Amino acid sequence: MLIQINNLTKTYQHHDGAINAVDNLSLSIPKGSFVTITGASGSGKTTLLLILGGLLRPTSGKLSYRDKEINLHHEEEMANFRSKHVGFVMQSFALVPYLTATENIMIALNVKSKDTAANKKRAIELLEWVGLDDRITHYPKELSAGQQQRVAIARALANNPDLLLADEPTGNLDPGLSEEILTILKEINRDHKTTVVMVTHSPMAAEYGDTKIQLKNGKLLSPQLHETEFAHNKN
Amino acid sequence: MRLTDLTLKELWHRKSQLISGLLAITLGIGVIVGIRSFSVISEKAVAVNLDNLGANIMVLPQAASVDNYYAADIDAPTFPEEYVERLVTSTIPGVDNISPKLTRRVNIGSQSVVLTGILPKSEIASKPIWQQGGILGEKAAASCAPSGPKKYADEKLQRKGIDTLANYDCFIGSGIASRLKLAEGSKLTIMEQEFTVAKLLPETGTIDDDRVFANLHTVQTLLGTGEQVSAIEIMGCCSAISDGLLGKLRNILPDTRITTIGQIVSTQIENNKLMNKISLVFLIIIVFVGGISIGNYIWANVNERRKEIGILRMIGYHRRHIYYILVLKAIIMGIVGGIAGYILGTLAAIWLGPQFAGIAVSPIYTLLLVSMVISISISILGSIIPAYLAGKIEPFSNMQED
Repeated sequence: MLIQINNLTKTYQHHDGAINAVDNLSLSIPKGSFVTITGASGSGKTTLLLILGGLLRPTSGKLSYRDKEINLHHEEEMANFRSKHVGFVMQSFALVPYLTATENIMIALNVKSKDTAANKKRAIELLEWVGLDDRITHYPKELSAGQQQRVAIARALANNPDLLLADEPTGNLDPGLSEEILTILKEINRDHKTTVVMVTHSPMAAEYGDTKIQLKNGKLLSPQLHETEFAHNKN
Repeated sequence: MRLTDLTLKELWHRKSQLISGLLAITLGIGVIVGIRSFSVISEKAVAVNLDNLGANIMVLPQAASVDNYYAADIDAPTFPEEYVERLVTSTIPGVDNISPKLTRRVNIGSQSVVLTGILPKSEIASKPIWQQGGILGEKAAASCAPSGPKKYADEKLQRKGIDTLANYDCFIGSGIASRLKLAEGSKLTIMEQEFTVAKLLPETGTIDDDRVFANLHTVQTLLGTGEQVSAIEIMGCCSAISDGLLGKLRNILPDTRITTIGQIVSTQIENNKLMNKISLVFLIIIVFVGGISIGNYIWANVNERRKEIGILRMIGYHRRHIYYILVLKAIIMGIVGGIAGYILGTLAAIWLGPQFAGIAVSPIYTLLLVSMVISISISILGSIIPAYLAGKIEPFSNMQED
């Protein structure tokens, strides 16, 4: 298993009382899978994604990466986990506005290596791979939404992660561009054997996953894919 | 793309913010430098004026009092002139001007005057060892003025060091000149020895108005005292007096009575204290206000950059990287603001000094270093809390929509 979560709960305190965004959820995600998570707003899918990526600490439960438990309360360990093993693609692209496309990728590479020349070469290669070789010195505001998302995907791949997490990656794109981005994600999954977990509202986007799960009130909804069965099916 | 490059890019990206932040630091440092430049020059000017009050330390024979010295009685005790050499050859700091004197009250006709033997510069020049550091009034200077490249020549002060005084020439105080109706070039007989009046001294309102100044060695011969003096007047630096100058003098002249002229010394010390306090108060205000300004600026910057910081945290940057970026930014602004503030403050002092206070202000280069230290310190202090809080920004902050 690449990722395994056990009895995961994330509770938010609200003035009306405590809300379990993720409620005692267990899940195993095999290496190389393309998992799509769907569900209504507030179902807990983004919260689950954040926890999987080491961006958010759960209230209780465990997260294991390659059968090794990650200390979710240790800042350094979580940051190292993110930089080494996880790539993120966000709906809002999450690019630094005053850095060029190349530099936006280089800041991710810089976490692991201080070799500026090698980092620049790698960043340009990634931009070429996502079809932006003529946009390497462009700033985010000089790129279209689709191009910005492709830069974000290139950055997510910078450190060769095992796991790529995408939160509504096509949420800000028109249908044509959405397909482009989803195709790239599918290629990454197929050609690089990178595990992709994508949260989406779009049924069309969800179809790109080879495993689809649905959340409601922080729990797995799909009766045909019970947690253990899901894990079993992938094995 | 190193963190330093990232910091510089961000600074350049938000130019208007950068300019307003730099302006805050520059103005703060400029005020410090301007005030300090002005106060240093003022201190020197005030010190010159205070030195005009005269010597502030008296070395007297053990058995004598200051009253004895001024009364100049016939039987007033004396001590060897060799003590002057002991003072000059010592390396005690803070002794700016040494003036040995032999005084006796004598009669000229029916007038009682105080005959005072003094040492002119020409005789000092004949004893090279006495010229060390121009200590015997070779170059009169403000004794309490802070050290600096420029000595402040002053006409009244220069009077204290008399260039030449021929063996039978004398200077006379205004009171005596008036009573005896003497003018420059007049002849004057004292104890059967004829003197020529070389100079009439302007009125001082002190006992000097009733003095006749003649060459020390001539007076010694005339009075038959041998190589004795009544007192040695010293211009001591008031800060050195505070630091125990009197004790050091007593160590080399153990059988003398060494006293300060209290009013002069206390005025000098009080003046210095006041100047230092004013500078300190301004420094505290600037550090306080400057620190808050920088803190406020960095905090506003952090709030504006929450998403960026969230992005960096998301892709694996540690908290220490965020601290580094923000503190480095503060240091860069501190360096630039410190230099700009120094230039602004110095130019303001140079321009405003003569116009408002009649004092010519020149650049004080050591203040550049002081400006940098203060500016960088304020910037770092001001950025600590915002940087700490920025480190707490969650890595998913970039997902929050505007």
